[in-house]
Amino acid sequence: MENNDRTIIEVRDLEARYGETTILKDVNIDVRAGEILAVIGGSGCGKTTLLKHMVGLSRPYGGHITIDGIDITNGDEKSFARALRKIGILFQGGALFSSMTIAENVALPLRAFTDLPPDAVGTLVRMKLCSVDLGGYEHHLPSELSGGMIKRAALARSLALNPEILFLDEPTAGLDPVISAEIEALIMRINHQFRTTMIIITHSLDIIYEVAHRVVMLDKSAKGIIAQGDPKELRRSSPNAVVRQFFNRQANLSKRSTWQP
Amino acid sequence: MSESYALKTGDNGTVAIQLIGRIDHHGAARLLKQLQGEVKQREPKQVTVDLNRVTFFDDFGLLVLFQLRDHLNKQEVPFRLVQPPPKVAEILARTSFDDPDMCSPLPHAHRDNTVVRLGAATIQFYNSLNFVISFLGSVILAMLHVIRHPRDLRVGDTIVLMQKVGVDALPIVAMISFLLGLIMAFVSSMQLEQFGASIFVARLVALAMVSELGPIMTAIVVAGRSGSAFAAEIGTMRISDEIDALFTMGFSPTLFLAVPRILAAMIMVPLLTLFSDIFAIAGGMVISVSMMNLTVATYIDQTLKALTLFELMWGLMKSVVFAALIAWVGCLRGFQVRGGSSEVGNAATSAVVSGIFLIILFDSIFAVIRSYW
Repeated sequence: MENNDRTIIEVRDLEARYGETTILKDVNIDVRAGEILAVIGGSGCGKTTLLKHMVGLSRPYGGHITIDGIDITNGDEKSFARALRKIGILFQGGALFSSMTIAENVALPLRAFTDLPPDAVGTLVRMKLCSVDLGGYEHHLPSELSGGMIKRAALARSLALNPEILFLDEPTAGLDPVISAEIEALIMRINHQFRTTMIIITHSLDIIYEVAHRVVMLDKSAKGIIAQGDPKELRRSSPNAVVRQFFNRQANLSKRSTWQP
Repeated sequence: MSESYALKTGDNGTVAIQLIGRIDHHGAARLLKQLQGEVKQREPKQVTVDLNRVTFFDDFGLLVLFQLRDHLNKQEVPFRLVQPPPKVAEILARTSFDDPDMCSPLPHAHRDNTVVRLGAATIQFYNSLNFVISFLGSVILAMLHVIRHPRDLRVGDTIVLMQKVGVDALPIVAMISFLLGLIMAFVSSMQLEQFGASIFVARLVALAMVSELGPIMTAIVVAGRSGSAFAAEIGTMRISDEIDALFTMGFSPTLFLAVPRILAAMIMVPLLTLFSDIFAIAGGMVISVSMMNLTVATYIDQTLKALTLFELMWGLMKSVVFAALIAWVGCLRGFQVRGGSSEVGNAATSAVVSGIFLIILFDSIFAVIRSYW
């Protein structure tokens, strides 16, 4: 963490519902500029719902969310568009446009939001793709790539405009350990170089312990946050038994997976 | 304040550029243009770039340097970077700035020549023909299997599909047919009235609808509504690996997905056709009674005289065949989907186009058979 402790995302008393079901309530989060925040919790606890609300894809039932001082929940289209320019999102499945090549996918935001000449856009696309180790795949369609490659291409697209804030939904899920480690290193490098704020939804212990500065843990039965803070400390000394159990059970599970019949 | 720069010209033709402040995507394009303009105007012998007053530098900054160096190299002007600050140096090192390959523009997509593409298209055509034939075979086998083992039919699915294909399509089929009956009666009455033969309007509407237009119109509506839906649904299942899941769980995708759809269409389309015939005759009757002073009884009497049971059955038999074709080609296009979501759209379009083509083709074949009967 460098000099400033400016809050870049503020979630205040967020309440989220699907129909009659309350998914989240009384959620308050302050994300500081330049920090890597991991959002963790069991399946169905509302992690993706929280993300969707934070980027304005879903309207909250109650509460407010501000991105860099811009309230994205008040329905003002113009300020919402301004907030969107500050963020990049990596969706769980990549969400690459299937009718475009990888290069066209990455070039799309560059063409739309900068005045760079076409050859400069081409060079930049190459640099972006090289940074996720996809050099040489520029003209492939997403359907011609493996799952890990799609995720890396999607990461390159979300980084196209070097956004101030990056939302990553399960960035390493389904990837092999080598590529996962590379993506983790890339995330840390981007954070270090550009002080990009990152909100990562994850189940990966590596990300929780090695990459994240802070974690927020959601719980299904509490319908909200049950713990936030330094992951190692939470694991050791959280007053909440559910939190300790979560961290420890995850550790147990990863041990159990080595069991051989 | 975003980025800017300061410029100093030395005596020996050296231009020293000092970049100042933030260089990010907001101003990179403008800065690049300005620098290229300066270089063009001053025609330097050498250019040095100093990054010591840069406060933010990312790959957009790199791009500016790349492009500027590229621009100078073309004019054979040496380019030199003054020792950059550590953070910038780290970024430069990581992207191997000194490697001239790094700033090369995006290579163009490799395009095969005409002969290669023609060959590839031929092979693809052959493969898709192969697929069409094997899919036809697998549908026929699955149908035979269902006849021998009726318990293997997914009855629940079939009933839901019957509702979607038939019941849900009834309002639109009824309305189109009614209007078609009105139009036919109206246009033909204007001609027949000149010969005092308005009474034959009833026969014309009945015969044209029951043997030709009823089956065709209904089939076209079903191709547009359900054929495309089958293709889109199965195509989406294809790209989300659901078909592979079915296959690996030991189900036959044809039996599971295609047979209920084809059966539902074969049962419901003839019923829709029957409704279509009735609504068109009603439409014709409205015009005849209101504009040509025919009574309802005369109209019905004339209609019944014109129609034979054979005529009705012939029309319904055609609609069974059309139904099988529409549903089959809809499923086929769905199973043929490879790649991404845009392919699903193509499959839906192709299902409708191929469906209508097959309807017209088979209707012509039926007409030929009828003429040699």
